[in-house]
Amino acid sequence: MKKIATRDAYGEALVELGRENPDVVVLDADLAKSTKTIEFAKHFPERFFDMGIAEQNMIGTAAGLAAAGKIPFCSTFAIFATGRAFEIIRNSVAYSRLNVKIAASHAGVTVGEDGGSHQSVEDIALMRSLPNMTVLVPADAVETRAAVRAAAQIQGPVYIRLGRPGVPVLHGDDFHFEPGRAVTMREGNDATIIATGVMVAAALEAAGLLEQEGIGVRVVNMHTIKPLDEEAVIAAARETGVIVTAEEHSVIGGLGGAVAEAVCACHPVPVYRVGVPDVFGESGKPGELLEKYGLTAAHLAARVREAVTKKGRR
Amino acid sequence: MDGEKIKRLEEKAREIRRHIIRMTGAAGSGHPGGSLSSADIVTALYFEVMRIDPQNPRWPGRDRFVLSKGHAAPVLYAALAERGFFPVEELLSLRRLGSPLQGHPDMKKLPGVELSTGSLGQGLSAANGMALAARLDGRDYRVYVLLGDGEIQEGMVWEAAMAAAHYRLDNVTAFLDYNGLQIDGPVSKVMSVEPVAEKWRAFGWYVQVIDGHNMKGILQAVEKARAVRDKPQMIVAETVKGKGVSFMENMVEWHGVAPKPEEVERALAELA
Repeated sequence: MKKIATRDAYGEALVELGRENPDVVVLDADLAKSTKTIEFAKHFPERFFDMGIAEQNMIGTAAGLAAAGKIPFCSTFAIFATGRAFEIIRNSVAYSRLNVKIAASHAGVTVGEDGGSHQSVEDIALMRSLPNMTVLVPADAVETRAAVRAAAQIQGPVYIRLGRPGVPVLHGDDFHFEPGRAVTMREGNDATIIATGVMVAAALEAAGLLEQEGIGVRVVNMHTIKPLDEEAVIAAARETGVIVTAEEHSVIGGLGGAVAEAVCACHPVPVYRVGVPDVFGESGKPGELLEKYGLTAAHLAARVREAVTKKGRR
Repeated sequence: MDGEKIKRLEEKAREIRRHIIRMTGAAGSGHPGGSLSSADIVTALYFEVMRIDPQNPRWPGRDRFVLSKGHAAPVLYAALAERGFFPVEELLSLRRLGSPLQGHPDMKKLPGVELSTGSLGQGLSAANGMALAARLDGRDYRVYVLLGDGEIQEGMVWEAAMAAAHYRLDNVTAFLDYNGLQIDGPVSKVMSVEPVAEKWRAFGWYVQVIDGHNMKGILQAVEKARAVRDKPQMIVAETVKGKGVSFMENMVEWHGVAPKPEEVERALAELA
């Protein structure tokens, strides 16, 4: 299967967007080559601002640009964008519902060799806790391009979570992306995997493995963490009786947290959260780290198998 | 410079100060000290310097004012009301539930407020963003920003100072309300910011040091700043915290405490 990094798709999408909309401006914090905003910088140098290694000022400057009618996209690594600049995002951007887009790359453990200091596994939790913020986690290149377009249409702050390594392309060119509307990638009645980002591909693979054992798994691609598609979550709870969430993020406060909150309130069923346990990451190859933290199709399948067995005993 | 104009502005500043006292007195909380110290600067901007239209507060070509030291909200609200952005009577709703006059400025709630502030250190960055937008759009508006002296202890201010010089934002004029006091005591004791003028100069700014209560001096400094090309401009305004109310002047206690009813009366008598 063809693999493209979501950050690469982001870089291309920005150029397209820049061509169509003169109000789109891009800011980076000395990581343009890594976040791929360098592509926009090449095409539209007058609309690209390198802010140096100063993430707080990057976000604050974007707030001012947005207040004056621009549509700024800010990029750096997820850890710095959402961690270093969190309170600026909260007070200068989200509090005023300013039209700032934060497209952060190198999220999760697949950053790899740089190690735990650079592996953001808290960013979804941080961003979804903010009023007015939309949180998008695209699963592949097609979804990334659509998410960037959608973000530009949304009036208000948007967080887009992007990854470093190549990931399989799951969607065809006819894919329709609607923020806040989950995509059912596969039908099944025994259990549901609700996955986001790079884990959507793993979820589909896990569902394939389980099918051979006679377990029918629904796979829901939750590309929008906020606003959460509660309808899709409740339907999964009601129709399949058990949910396993899958994300390359801490099991605390991310997709799993959001799904559990919705399920608890509306249709309680067991929710098992597959994600990075409550630990910091470490150096290693992306594949080794996904294996270590249980973020593989095989591990996901094992969790679903266990969940379905327990469900039978209830 | 026209003496009549200066007198008119000085009287307006006194009116603004009276509002600050009445508002914080009515609210029973708020920040009179740093509002009073910046009253002359804010008056000069809103009643002489800035190109604004209260009937059309979002007019794209308007000059912008960012109150980076957001706790001085009363001085901004008083100026906006006096300038006609909203009825003066609304000032007394400061800090009450449902009021557009939030404890710190909220751009979504009150017309004329250019940026929601209150968390210190963020205003200059946004001012730079507005100035960059002006350049991209080929507009000639200017962005004015007011910083507190304690506020510049925030590291982000210096990130923004660096960026403004790097991008040669000559349409940004900043004021430093240098009243020398912050919550925990004198700025020099809590965390010295000296040498202030040299710091901004070293960051690539055009710097002037003025008496922040001399109306004529303020206007002359702004005029000089506006003529500068390729550099952002800092006007270090030496001020007195609590200026205009004898028992508040230079008293750190009046940073974030509202006057009681009898103190309101005494203060208003002094400001009559």
